[in-house]
Amino acid sequence: MSVTITEARSSSPTQGATSAITMNHQPSDKTLALSVSNLNVRLNHKPHTPILKDVSFDLKKGEVYALVGESGSGKSITSLSILRLLPDALTITKGKISLPETNLFALTEQEMGNVRGKKIAMIFQDALTALNPVQTVGAQIAETLKIHTSLNSSEIRHRTVELFHEVGLPDPEKRVDWYPHQMSGGQQQRVMIAMALACEPDILLADEPTTALDVTIQKQILELIKQLTISRQLAVLLITHDMGVVRQTADRVGVMYKGEIIEQNDCVAFFENPKEAYSRQLIDSLPDMDEYRSLEREAPLLKVENLQIHFPVRKGLLQRVHSHTKAVDGISFSIGKGETLALVGESGCGKSTTGRAILNLEKATAGDIWYNNLCINKLTRKEMLPLRKKIQVIFQNPFSSMNPRMTVGDIIEEGMVSLGLEQTKEERIQRIESLLTRVKLEPEHRHRYPHEFSGGQRQRIAIARALAVEPDLIICDEPTSALDVSIRAEVLDLLLELQRELHVSYLFITHDLSIIPHIAHRVAVMQGGKIVEQGETEQVLTQPKHEYTKVLLEAVPSVH
Amino acid sequence: MDFEIGPGLFGEGFMWTILWSDVLIFLLVGAIALFVASFRRNPQNQENWRQVFSTRLGMATFVIIMSYVVIALVDSIHFRKALPATEGQSSEQVFYSNDVNSLLDLALGEMGDRPERTYSAPFALKSWNKENLLLPDGERVRDYPELTFAGAHLENPEAFAKDVALNSMVGIGKGLALALALIGLHAFWLRRSQSGNTGDGDTSPLPWKSAWITFAVIMAILGWLITMGNLYHVLGTDQAGNDTLFESLKGIRTGVLIGTLATLITMPVAISLGLAAGYFRGWIDDVVQYIYTTLISIPGLLLIAASVLLFQVWINNNPQFFEIGLEKADAKFLALCFILGITSWTTLCRLLRAETLKISQLDYVQAAHAFGVSHFQIIKRHILPNLSHIIMISFVLDFSGLVLAEAVLAYIGVGIDPAMASWGNMINMASTELSREPSIWWNLSGAFFLMFTLVLSVNLFSDLVRDAFDPKTKLETA
Repeated sequence: MSVTITEARSSSPTQGATSAITMNHQPSDKTLALSVSNLNVRLNHKPHTPILKDVSFDLKKGEVYALVGESGSGKSITSLSILRLLPDALTITKGKISLPETNLFALTEQEMGNVRGKKIAMIFQDALTALNPVQTVGAQIAETLKIHTSLNSSEIRHRTVELFHEVGLPDPEKRVDWYPHQMSGGQQQRVMIAMALACEPDILLADEPTTALDVTIQKQILELIKQLTISRQLAVLLITHDMGVVRQTADRVGVMYKGEIIEQNDCVAFFENPKEAYSRQLIDSLPDMDEYRSLEREAPLLKVENLQIHFPVRKGLLQRVHSHTKAVDGISFSIGKGETLALVGESGCGKSTTGRAILNLEKATAGDIWYNNLCINKLTRKEMLPLRKKIQVIFQNPFSSMNPRMTVGDIIEEGMVSLGLEQTKEERIQRIESLLTRVKLEPEHRHRYPHEFSGGQRQRIAIARALAVEPDLIICDEPTSALDVSIRAEVLDLLLELQRELHVSYLFITHDLSIIPHIAHRVAVMQGGKIVEQGETEQVLTQPKHEYTKVLLEAVPSVH
Repeated sequence: MDFEIGPGLFGEGFMWTILWSDVLIFLLVGAIALFVASFRRNPQNQENWRQVFSTRLGMATFVIIMSYVVIALVDSIHFRKALPATEGQSSEQVFYSNDVNSLLDLALGEMGDRPERTYSAPFALKSWNKENLLLPDGERVRDYPELTFAGAHLENPEAFAKDVALNSMVGIGKGLALALALIGLHAFWLRRSQSGNTGDGDTSPLPWKSAWITFAVIMAILGWLITMGNLYHVLGTDQAGNDTLFESLKGIRTGVLIGTLATLITMPVAISLGLAAGYFRGWIDDVVQYIYTTLISIPGLLLIAASVLLFQVWINNNPQFFEIGLEKADAKFLALCFILGITSWTTLCRLLRAETLKISQLDYVQAAHAFGVSHFQIIKRHILPNLSHIIMISFVLDFSGLVLAEAVLAYIGVGIDPAMASWGNMINMASTELSREPSIWWNLSGAFFLMFTLVLSVNLFSDLVRDAFDPKTKLETA
C-alpha cells in the first residue's frame, strides 16, 4: 500500500496536504460520505416485483466500497438512484440517500444538478461511448469546469493539464488537444476519470469501470482508482461482477443478490469467511489456478503453419491499396485429437481472425492450415462442405449468435439439413432432442425461441448446435466472457464433460487467463498478430519465458 | 379483355370488362393474403400484430382502411351493359355500351347517372348559375333554373326540410340496421369460437368494441350518403354537372390503387438490390450504389413528368391497343404507378443495404456459413426475416406519401387521365373554382375529406405498426 501512496504523491504535485492526511489516517475514524438506507425501487408496471429491497450501506471517505453481484441483481440501479437518474419506468418507493448534511431526495432538481458532478461524480463502463467523439478531450473537461467553477480559460487549461497529469496520462499538454478516438481504451478511461475528478467530488461512482478493458490495462486503472481514493480522500462505490477485482481494490464488500444486499463485510474478512452460501459460490466460481490438465499427445488433427492474414488499407479516390494491416503475422501451432489449445491475448491481437481463418471464413494471405491431410485455406466453398461437418464454432455473444426468428429446433436442425446428416425429419427431431438433453436442457425446448432463454442456456444451445453435426474440432471464440461468473463455470464444465465423452478438440480463444488451467492442455500467447510463447499450460503459467506473458499473468485479478 | 355473358345469366346482357388494373388489384389482394398467412405462422409476428390490434386506435384505423379497400375492390369489378336492340339489328347481335360500369355504381344506385347542366351547391334545388328561362306564359326571364334531378320527387319545395330529415333517418337507419346485423353475426361467431377454445371468459383481449363502433359509424354514413345521394346532390355538382360525391367515391379506387401498386413496384426492386448490395458487397454493391446515387440526383418530378408525357405520346400513336376510352386511361394510370414506383425505391434500398450489411456480420450468419448453408438459404432464412419489420414499416409509410403524390402530379398536369375519377384531378380543378366569388368549395372538400381520412388513418396505423415491429422502440420502452 505504501508504494501506491508514494506514487500518488509523485504523480500529483498539488496533493501534498491531502497525502499528509492519508499517511496517518486510521481505518476506524473514516468519516461518512454518503449513506443509503432502506432503499426500495420497483417497476411501474409490475408493482409487486421489487427491483431493490431495503438496500442500506455507507460510503466512507478514503475507502472503496465494492458492490458485487451478477447481471440484473440491481447494482447499477443503486448507483443511478444515488444520482437520481433512474429511468422513468422505475420508481423509488421508500428509503433515504443522504450526504452528511443533506438528504438527496429533499433537493429540487436544480439543487440536485449542483450535487451531480460537484459532490458525486460517475465513471462509466464504456469510455468511448461516454465521450463526445467530435470534441477534443480537453474541451470536454473544460465544459464541466466552466459550469461548476469560476476559472478563466487559461486557468481551465492549466487545471486540465494538472488533472491529466494526476490520472497518469503521458504528455498531458499534448493530450489535451486530442480527440477520443486517438487514444487507447485505457487512456480514454483515464480521461473519464479526470473528467469525474474535475470538480473535486467527494464521492465517485464507478460502474464496471474496467469490464471493457484488457487485463493489463484493467490492472493499471484499478491501481489508479485505489491511489486516488487515498490521495484525494474519495469515497468510491465500485460496481463490478468480478471477484478478483474486488479482492484487489475494495476495502469493504457488499454482495447483491436479486435486489438485496445479502452480506457486507470488510474485504479481508469477507474473503476469509463468507457467511452466505451465495457469496461462497461467487468466490469459488473463480477457477483454481493451481490445478493443471495432464496431457497425452496424439497425432495432430489441425496444423497451422506460418499463417498470415493481412487486410488491405485502401486510401484515396481510386481506393488503391495503401498498406496492409497485419492481423495475423506468421503463426504456427497444432491441435491434437481430444486436446484443448488455448489461444490467449488481448483484444485486437488477431486471435479471433485466426479462428475465422480455420473456418475458412477469412482468406489467408500466406501460410497453410492443414486439417488431417487437407489444406483448408486452398479449398473452394464447395470443396469445403464436407469439412464443415468436422470443424464447428461457438461464439462469444449468445444473444447475437442465434437468429431471433427461428425456433431452437430449427436453429439446431439447420446444420444437419445443409450438411445432409440425418435423412428423415423424425431422425433429426430425435437427434435434436437427445442433443438438448445432453447439454442439460429439456427436449421440449426445441419449440421455443432464443429470447426465452437466459445467456447461459443460450450458450448451451449454441453448443448443441455445434455438436449436431458431430465435429472433431470446435472453435470456442470467448464462449464464456459474456456470462456471469457462476454460469461461466457451468458452461466450462459442460465443455470439459463433452470433450471426455466425445473426444472433440477445442481451440479455445480467450483473454481470460484465469480459466485456462481449468480447461486447456496447452497455451499459445498472442501479441500483435504473433505467437510469443506456447507450450504446456503448467509450464507457460508457472515459468513464463516471454516478458508479455509475465505481464499478462501479473495482471490477472485473483482472490488468493 | 372482354368476356361476353349472354342474356339468361343476368337477365339482360352483360359483358365483364377486366381492366389491367383490376387484374393487378386482385392479384395484389391474393398476394397480401398469402403474405399474411405466411407471416402468421411465426408467433413473434403474431405477437407484434396483436400489439397493433390491441390498441383501440389500431382497430379503428384498420376498419377505416379496410372500408376504403373494400370500396376499391367493389369498384374494380367492371362490366358493360348491353344496349337495347335497335331497328334492323339481328337478334343474335348484341352491342354493348361504351360506358364501363362497376359493381360500386350499382350499389350507389342512380347517383352517378344524373348529370345536371353545371355547378350546383350541396343540397340545392336550383342551379348555381343564372340562365335564360322561358316561362309557360311565354315570358323570358333570367333566373336560377330548377335542377333536373335533385329533389325531383318533391311535390312542393316547402317540404324540403321535412323530406331531408325523414330520408336522413331512413338512410342512417338502413345503414345501422345492416351494421348491427353484421356485428351481431360477428359477436356470435366470436363467442362460439372462444367457448370452443378455452371454455372460459367471454372477453377477448382485442378491443372489438371500437372496431364495431367505427364500423357502425361508417355504415351509417354510407347509408345516409347513398339514400340522400339518390335524391339530392349531397356534395353538389361540378362544372360539367356531375355529382361531386359520386366522383369522390370513385376516386377511392384510384387513391388506394396508386398507393399500393406504386409501393409494391418499389418493393421487389428495393429488396433485391438492397439485399444483393449488402450481402455480396464488392462490385455488386458498387453498381447498386452507383445506380441509386444517379437516380437520386435527377429531380424526381422531372423524371416522372418526362416519362408520363412519353407514354402519353405512345398511347396516342397506338390507338389499336385500346378498345374503349377507359382502357386508355387505365394504361396511363398503370404507367404512372410504375413510374412513381421505380423512382421511389432508393430510400428503402439504402435502408435495406445498411441493415443487411449489419446483419450479415452477426454471429448467426457466420454460424450458418460455418454450417455450409447456401447463400440463397442464408438470405431467405436469416436475413430477409430480420428485415421484414423495415419492409412493413416503409410499406405503410410510403403508401400515404404516394396517395398525396398523385394530387401533386395532377396539379402540374401529368396526373391521371381525366376520364378516370381521381382526387388529384378534383383538387386541381378546385384551384380555379376557389378563386371565383362566391367561391365553389364543395368540389375541393369532397376530395379533401376522403383523402384526408385515408392518409390520416394510414399514418396513425403505420405509427402503431412501427412501434410494434421496430426492435429499437421496443428496447426503449422495455
